[in-house]
Amino acid sequence: MTEPRRITSVEGTALPMRGHDIDTDRIMPARFLRAVTFEGLEQHLFEDERRGSVAGDRSQAALHPFDDARFAGASILLVNRNFGCGSSREHAPQGLRRFGFCALIGESFSEIFFGNALIIGLPCLTATPETVAALMEQVDAHPDVALRINLETGVCEVGDVSHAVTLPPNARDSLVTGAWDTTSLLLERYEEVDAAAARLPYVGGWSI
Amino acid sequence: MGVPHMGKTLLQKVWDLHTVRALQTGQTQLFIGLHLIHEVTTPQAFDGLRVRDWRVARPDRTFGTVDHIIPTRDRTRPFLDVLAEDMIGSLERNCQEFGIRLAGLDDSRQGIVHVIGPELGMTQPGMTIACGDSHTSTHGAFGAVAFGIGTSQVRDVLASQCLAMEPLKVRRIEVNGTLPPGVYAKDVVLTIIHRLGVSGGVGYAYEYAGDAIERMSMDERMTICNMSIEGGARVGYVNPDQTTFEYLKGRPFAPTAEAFDRACAWWSSIASDADAEYDDAVVIRAEELVPVVTWGVNPGQSVAVDGLIPSVQDVDGGGEAINEALDFMGLQGGQPIAGLRVDVAFIGSCTNSRLSDLREAARVVRGHHVAPHVKALVVPGSASIKRSAEQEGLDEVFRTAGFEWREAGCSMCLGMNSDKLEGSQVCAASSNRNFKGRQGSPTGRTLLMSPAMVAAAAVAGEVADVRRLA
Repeated sequence: MTEPRRITSVEGTALPMRGHDIDTDRIMPARFLRAVTFEGLEQHLFEDERRGSVAGDRSQAALHPFDDARFAGASILLVNRNFGCGSSREHAPQGLRRFGFCALIGESFSEIFFGNALIIGLPCLTATPETVAALMEQVDAHPDVALRINLETGVCEVGDVSHAVTLPPNARDSLVTGAWDTTSLLLERYEEVDAAAARLPYVGGWSI
Repeated sequence: MGVPHMGKTLLQKVWDLHTVRALQTGQTQLFIGLHLIHEVTTPQAFDGLRVRDWRVARPDRTFGTVDHIIPTRDRTRPFLDVLAEDMIGSLERNCQEFGIRLAGLDDSRQGIVHVIGPELGMTQPGMTIACGDSHTSTHGAFGAVAFGIGTSQVRDVLASQCLAMEPLKVRRIEVNGTLPPGVYAKDVVLTIIHRLGVSGGVGYAYEYAGDAIERMSMDERMTICNMSIEGGARVGYVNPDQTTFEYLKGRPFAPTAEAFDRACAWWSSIASDADAEYDDAVVIRAEELVPVVTWGVNPGQSVAVDGLIPSVQDVDGGGEAINEALDFMGLQGGQPIAGLRVDVAFIGSCTNSRLSDLREAARVVRGHHVAPHVKALVVPGSASIKRSAEQEGLDEVFRTAGFEWREAGCSMCLGMNSDKLEGSQVCAASSNRNFKGRQGSPTGRTLLMSPAMVAAAAVAGEVADVRRLA
């Protein structure tokens, strides 16, 4: 179990994963959920569309970004709209985190995916479609270029250029203060939880 | 002169009633009234508790079943599938260790988690409900606020019976008028997703209203709320009414006698006020709706059963996505969807595996036979639905027509057990997702439609308009 830690910045090279509405079944096919731990999930990201897979050999003439050696070691994943839609499987962000990604930048994210990533300390920052396209083009042209994301100021620097990248204020605060691992927080002042439960008639067997 | 009355939505009322406090992160700490668990998204959550030496805060508000990975044919233990055996064994041990009730494999109450919660009367109006599955939105059909969550959040709920949540906006989706024959709740929700988009609901709860929704049975409302998440809305709900109360009356976990009357009064009070304000509103005319079928790789990519599959020329932008989907599906833009050959017909899933779904599908297949090249299966949503269907003789109708009749589970909706598509098979499915690889074959192709349309496709051996068969 990772100890809570402050996450204020992420720096590293990036991997562009183009396409809207990339669902969690694509990110982590269901057969890899057949295990009682998250270990090893990083080996199966996008498995069904990558080199050597049936579907990958059939439909992907171009090299899959996750097979592209130029992007090896990337710590920032660039995505388009509604990334992570579909199933609530945390196995998708767990696989990405274990693969080595420390942040995602995209046009938008599915709500459940965003929450699953946040709670394991993986920020999903949003940027305009133009910014995402510019970042993807730049990374394609110069795969070794480093991106520097400052979560507190909401800036992603690439060379001399600064791009605006945003997080909802609550998510940003929880990351930069180290409060993103919420369980301990929810267990504080537990008498207030009992008080809230006691107000609900269905919890008390409809006696109130 | 008092303070002007500000109407509230059901979402706001339930949210306020369940708020414990505002967290330092700005999120709301929300009490969860019912936590449903299953074998696939919980093992790591229980490990998380053990590592920190935590207990389950409210085992009395937690209930488990097995659905995702279990076989739907031979259920002899131990399973031949050792990974499935491992996951089921893990849930059984965890429930025993932490004192959680479990409707396990041999329990008469076993079934898909979103089918049995309502069926047992555990799902009730005004509750907050969480489950490690995105289709938890189903429970909103009862006027509950129900969230699909990931495994770390399952750990949060187990440990604290709470979630740290961001507030949601509310979009009211009114469906007015009478649905034409052959048009079902599934067609309504697929049309909503098509119109509003697969990410249109991000940040919103969808409130389904209007007289077409009000006339719907609880089964139909569940089908609609179930697929809210396919439109990007994590939460979908229908305001509770007499239909809701009548459904709940007499169910095992529902209150009885005077308590039931008190409950009905409270349940009525949490419905949205007539003057509630919404962040957005959409109106749909039921008369305009037709049976629809998905042709692509997300649930928004659908077309009328008598329509043509779109081509790049039909749209401004988004052409790449259409081409990618057509390529994966092996289809041509401009081709009619009707007449498309299917290899498999699957009736099941948390969307459409309830008794009324099976009755409607049986009505279509009665007196017909499944086309020779089609493999067809019916997987009831719960052991209880299976028993009821058998009492009515529906199993015989399906078997005689050439369908396989299985035990309850998630089955071929997500292909986590041995019920999978093979190669590039085309499947007419009553389930909820047509994502690439969803049904267990990386190149498998899914066409989503109503259970009656799946039955029609099974008989015809190709996509067929149920209105012509009925």
